[in-house]
Amino acid sequence: MELIREHPVLEFRHGRLVKFTFEGREMEGFEGEPIAMALHANGIRVYRETPEMKRPRGFFCAIGKCSSCFMVVDGVPNVRTCITPLKEGMRIEVQRGKGKIKLNHEGDPK
Amino acid sequence: MSAAAEAAFFGAKVMIVDSDLRLGGQLIKQTHKFFGSAFERAGTRGFVISDMLLDELKGYGDRVETYTNCTALGYYKDDGVVSCMEGEENYFKVLPKKILVATGAQERLIPFPNNDLPGVYGAGAVQTLMNVYGVVPGKRILMVGAGNIGLIVSYQLLQAGVEVAAIVEAMPRIGGYWVHAAKVRRLGVPILLEHSIKEALGKDVVEGAIIQQISPGCGFIGEEIHVDCDVICMAVGLNPTCELLWQAGCEMKYIPQLCGHVAIRDRSMRTTNPNVWVAGDAAGIEEASSAMVEGRIAGLSMAHELGYVEDKEYREKSALYWERLNALRNGEASAKIREGIAQVLMESSGGMER
Amino acid sequence: MSKSEGLYNSGVLPPEMYEKHEPPKELWESKKNGLVFVECPQRIPCNPCHTGCPTGAIKEFADINDTPQIDYEKCTGCAMCVAKCPGLACFVADLTYGGDEEALLKLPYEMLPLPNEGEEVECLNREGKVVSKGKVLKVVEPWKDKTKVVHVVVPKSFVMEIRAIRVVRSR
Repeated sequence: MELIREHPVLEFRHGRLVKFTFEGREMEGFEGEPIAMALHANGIRVYRETPEMKRPRGFFCAIGKCSSCFMVVDGVPNVRTCITPLKEGMRIEVQRGKGKIKLNHEGDPK
Repeated sequence: MSAAAEAAFFGAKVMIVDSDLRLGGQLIKQTHKFFGSAFERAGTRGFVISDMLLDELKGYGDRVETYTNCTALGYYKDDGVVSCMEGEENYFKVLPKKILVATGAQERLIPFPNNDLPGVYGAGAVQTLMNVYGVVPGKRILMVGAGNIGLIVSYQLLQAGVEVAAIVEAMPRIGGYWVHAAKVRRLGVPILLEHSIKEALGKDVVEGAIIQQISPGCGFIGEEIHVDCDVICMAVGLNPTCELLWQAGCEMKYIPQLCGHVAIRDRSMRTTNPNVWVAGDAAGIEEASSAMVEGRIAGLSMAHELGYVEDKEYREKSALYWERLNALRNGEASAKIREGIAQVLMESSGGMER
Repeated sequence: MSKSEGLYNSGVLPPEMYEKHEPPKELWESKKNGLVFVECPQRIPCNPCHTGCPTGAIKEFADINDTPQIDYEKCTGCAMCVAKCPGLACFVADLTYGGDEEALLKLPYEMLPLPNEGEEVECLNREGKVVSKGKVLKVVEPWKDKTKVVHVVVPKSFVMEIRAIRVVRSR
């Protein structure tokens, strides 16, 4: 992972290292840290593909305000990955287009 | 946090809702020592100040309730309900007696081809990545903008061991504090005045950039310069995050000096909606020390409105905070702020004279 | 934009402003342990250089936005301000240290790697250009807050040029 090993001012205290998948590939990241940061540490920059122009997008603001980092997490689209904590076993996928909301029998989301 | 601490000090019950995973806002990303006076904890690094505020809040025990990873989504004017979303799915409603909107700001982007490529990051995002989570943002960075944020983040990148190719600034002088510029210049980072980014290069991610000189009329002149970089860091200003204030029906005004639409407020930081206060960058883009003082003023006023503070003590403490705020705003770097504030400060209904 | 405007406007003190920031020559040349100079030309709200000064050499601010005023008679060259200043704008030069050829500079340092005692480092001017080599005498941390002060021996003629060091090690 591309982590800062030494810093003149800061000391980083990471949580537990957990496994997750990105596009089916197994990766490791720190539990409780934002998904987007874990992906970046694994060298992943492209999180989404725009609906119309099919352009690649990564994160931009990293504070949950700009919607650039929307991804599909455990089947749920439009997750703000910059402020959603990573959990063991998460399935993370590039979001292509607007994402589909899964409906149950009654027509309610999920 | 400052407002919560102030209000809780007097006995008010406070609920803090923050969309981030931990409290502290932008403070947790600041490795540099703060300016100001001892009262604003000058000489102390930003992330340490955040820890101090957290400790202060912890001291109030149950009086302060904290929800992180929780976004305040909307304010319903008819009944004063605020709807919140914890995580991405858990919704709930809150009916507070008084509300402080301290939602901060969001990063601006400027138009240029490929400005949507992954690797074009807001300066705050780069800080989050490297200073909060310890992730290397890239190998070689182009910084766009030489305001305080652009200058400080450039210095922080050097501390993280990342090369800064250059800082480009469209204006003929740096916008941030001179000493912040001196810090990065002496470490070999060029600051190119009257230069801007023309284009980001790359197919799926940023692989470089084209920068060029600009003339005062804002056209590109001279030769194109190719910059080898894998991250383009945008530090071109912020906009106040003011959606909740609009929803609350607060009277808003566009103030260029405060970087966008901001709420008209009195000297207690109360907006035209009598139940809504505002503080920090959401009240106009300024800087962290004054944001914390504004928070104190708002927290004090809210506690006073709820009957927790005697009139005399309220008046005295409020005057003290204003003295400090005015001192902070008295420098040459704050001329714009003073002009801006003068346009949104109303002679108060619920402020000083009560 | 003139050359000196271009320098100043991008955070570099131009040569014609040196004199204003230098201590009085005579006192400076005889003061053991050195004297401070503060390169803080802009009015900003900040005063830790004063509050951190143990001898009162950096005078109290009437307005917190004033630029620092120094009573050089009181300055002992202790460099507490060098490590305290949030803008890293305080520097100490001891002209009595090394005869006619050398002087001792006390510079703020918040980078990695830390230089070792006796290590040869590159000395950078205000624009980050290498102007000479220097030898590190010692590295101290006056406030135990991660801001270091590097004591480095430099050629005397470069005292008003050198403002930073860089540690260069082959990997």
